[in-house]
Amino acid sequence: MNNQEKMTEYWKKNLRFLAILLSIWFLVSYGFGILFVDALNTIKIGGFKLGFWFAQQGSIYVFVALIFVYVNWMNKLDKEYDVHED
Amino acid sequence: MDIQIWTYIIVGITFALYIGIAIWSRAGSTKDFYVAGGGVSPLANGMATAADWMSAASFISMAGLISFMGYDGTVYLMGWTGGYVLLALLLAPYLRKFGKFTVPDFIGDRYYSNVARTVAVVCAIIVSFTYVAGQMRGVGVVFARFLEVPVNTGVYIGMAIVFFYAVLGGMKGITYTQVAQYCVLIFAYMVPAFFISIQLTGNVIPQLGFGSTMADGSGVYLLDKLDQLHTELGFAEYTSGSKSMIDVFAITFALMVGTAGLPHVIVRFFTVPKVRDARMSAGYALVFIAILYTTAPAIGAFARTNLINTVSDKEYASVPQWFSNWEKTGLIAFDDKNADGKIQYVADAEKNELTIDRDIMVLANPEIANLPNWVIALVAAGGLAAALSTAAGLLLVISTSLSHDLIKKQIKPNISEKEELIWARIGAAVAVCVAGYFGINPPGFVAAVVALAFGLAAASFFPAIILGIFDKRMNKEGAISGMVVGILLMLFYMIKYKLGGFGGGTAEDWWFGISPEGFGTVAMVVNLVVSFAVSRATAEPPADVQAIVEDIRFPKGAGAASDH
Repeated sequence: MNNQEKMTEYWKKNLRFLAILLSIWFLVSYGFGILFVDALNTIKIGGFKLGFWFAQQGSIYVFVALIFVYVNWMNKLDKEYDVHED
Repeated sequence: MDIQIWTYIIVGITFALYIGIAIWSRAGSTKDFYVAGGGVSPLANGMATAADWMSAASFISMAGLISFMGYDGTVYLMGWTGGYVLLALLLAPYLRKFGKFTVPDFIGDRYYSNVARTVAVVCAIIVSFTYVAGQMRGVGVVFARFLEVPVNTGVYIGMAIVFFYAVLGGMKGITYTQVAQYCVLIFAYMVPAFFISIQLTGNVIPQLGFGSTMADGSGVYLLDKLDQLHTELGFAEYTSGSKSMIDVFAITFALMVGTAGLPHVIVRFFTVPKVRDARMSAGYALVFIAILYTTAPAIGAFARTNLINTVSDKEYASVPQWFSNWEKTGLIAFDDKNADGKIQYVADAEKNELTIDRDIMVLANPEIANLPNWVIALVAAGGLAAALSTAAGLLLVISTSLSHDLIKKQIKPNISEKEELIWARIGAAVAVCVAGYFGINPPGFVAAVVALAFGLAAASFFPAIILGIFDKRMNKEGAISGMVVGILLMLFYMIKYKLGGFGGGTAEDWWFGISPEGFGTVAMVVNLVVSFAVSRATAEPPADVQAIVEDIRFPKGAGAASDH
């Protein structure tokens, strides 16, 4: 595999990670917190209605997790394709 | 000791700290001044970003706003945190690899055009000044309340402090000052929240107490109680809100994209040594921000419950001391319409007898909970830290736009480093004075426009940067026309529906039912469509620019790229 092909593959994998992570980002915030909020509010966990919880707390925790998952994936991918910095 | 003395002591200590740091970390080169030498650790950068980002509005106003808006307050919570996911995944690593000093620098080089650079400079200055004017006013108001000086004197004190560390230290001074300011502000925010959470629910963690049962032994969940109180008084249910779904969607999106497009946040990712540090520091920044942003809705719900329980249908003569304290400032007002001596607090404006300024919710919290005086002084220091750190970050964007993007890149390309540094300091000094002027003579539109700075950032920068990284075919014609159309459309909508220009208009005339706060979403989409269409109808960008786009997609070699 020559360098050009390798780089194209690296970029494609990066874009696939982005698609996965951004879908989750959209689902927990716009999906659970706004679009389906009424349906989720019929479920209660402790004192929280689930839709309201995602809107005011849950989505923020997921956002933090998404960034750290991304950092991990990319650090591994950088090493695999030897584009990491030393 | 009384509140006044505690306030002088705590505010004095924090200010001495900030000035000490500014002297210790003063800038010696333009690289120090613009990007703190490029050697900030990701953890310190995360803290600095969090302080830079969380303004007086986040610290003082947000929890209060949420307590009155209930579910609708979600737009701020998700909008101002979700943008960091976009920053970390779509912008930070690539901009760091690109390795220049400012956002207009990226746009000017990527779109091989000084016209694009100038459009970006103008957008950066419009966004930063609308935002900084509100911050300086905030500094003045906090000083006025806690040091009992006139608001204008408060603004002068704030100007002097910011002047000192922004002009002397540049980005380097600001970065390390912001680290200290983050520590002060988060401590000041959390202490009262812990106390109130214990008092109301018996749970020390506010994020959990928020969903627990009341500590009064009734076994009722706090949020259920709040919904019930709201319904009884005629308000919309606390956990359901009253805005339309499309508007909540649009505002949240505009705030997220705007956050990712704000120049003073983006430049923070130029200050770390490596691409992987840029990714990581966005993660740290969001952790530090999330500590405050997940506490805010809890404080909102606690404050709302406390407020209704304390005042609703109570004898005016028997209200607690904090109520009368704040009445003196005019931020709480009681008007006994039916002359029965009781406070009727209801949704119906005809019968409602109580007006409350939303900003007092965080500031009055320690008094409401009967906390010691030093806690009240701490909250004052926290509010000042929040306002000063954001003001300094914005001033730096304005100053570097002038010295680097206008003078060095366009007017006097042969300028020496020493001269450029002098210009950067002059730029910072001028920006402090202009910001101070707006703080003292606030134009009526400032409050209305601050929230819209996000819409402006979303409508102008975000698409140009994203397309610059992800679309190799994007050329200068596309990016320039997109930015110009986007920002003009946003300005038009804002002036028409917020400031009453172009014949004005009411909520019924909003396009697609979207408020001016959410319109950045529409303007951003228009920008994307225009950029795309124009770029495909005009020539491809030159080969060397396409090579740059290829290059920024891989982390290797970032260190070299930043030395130029």
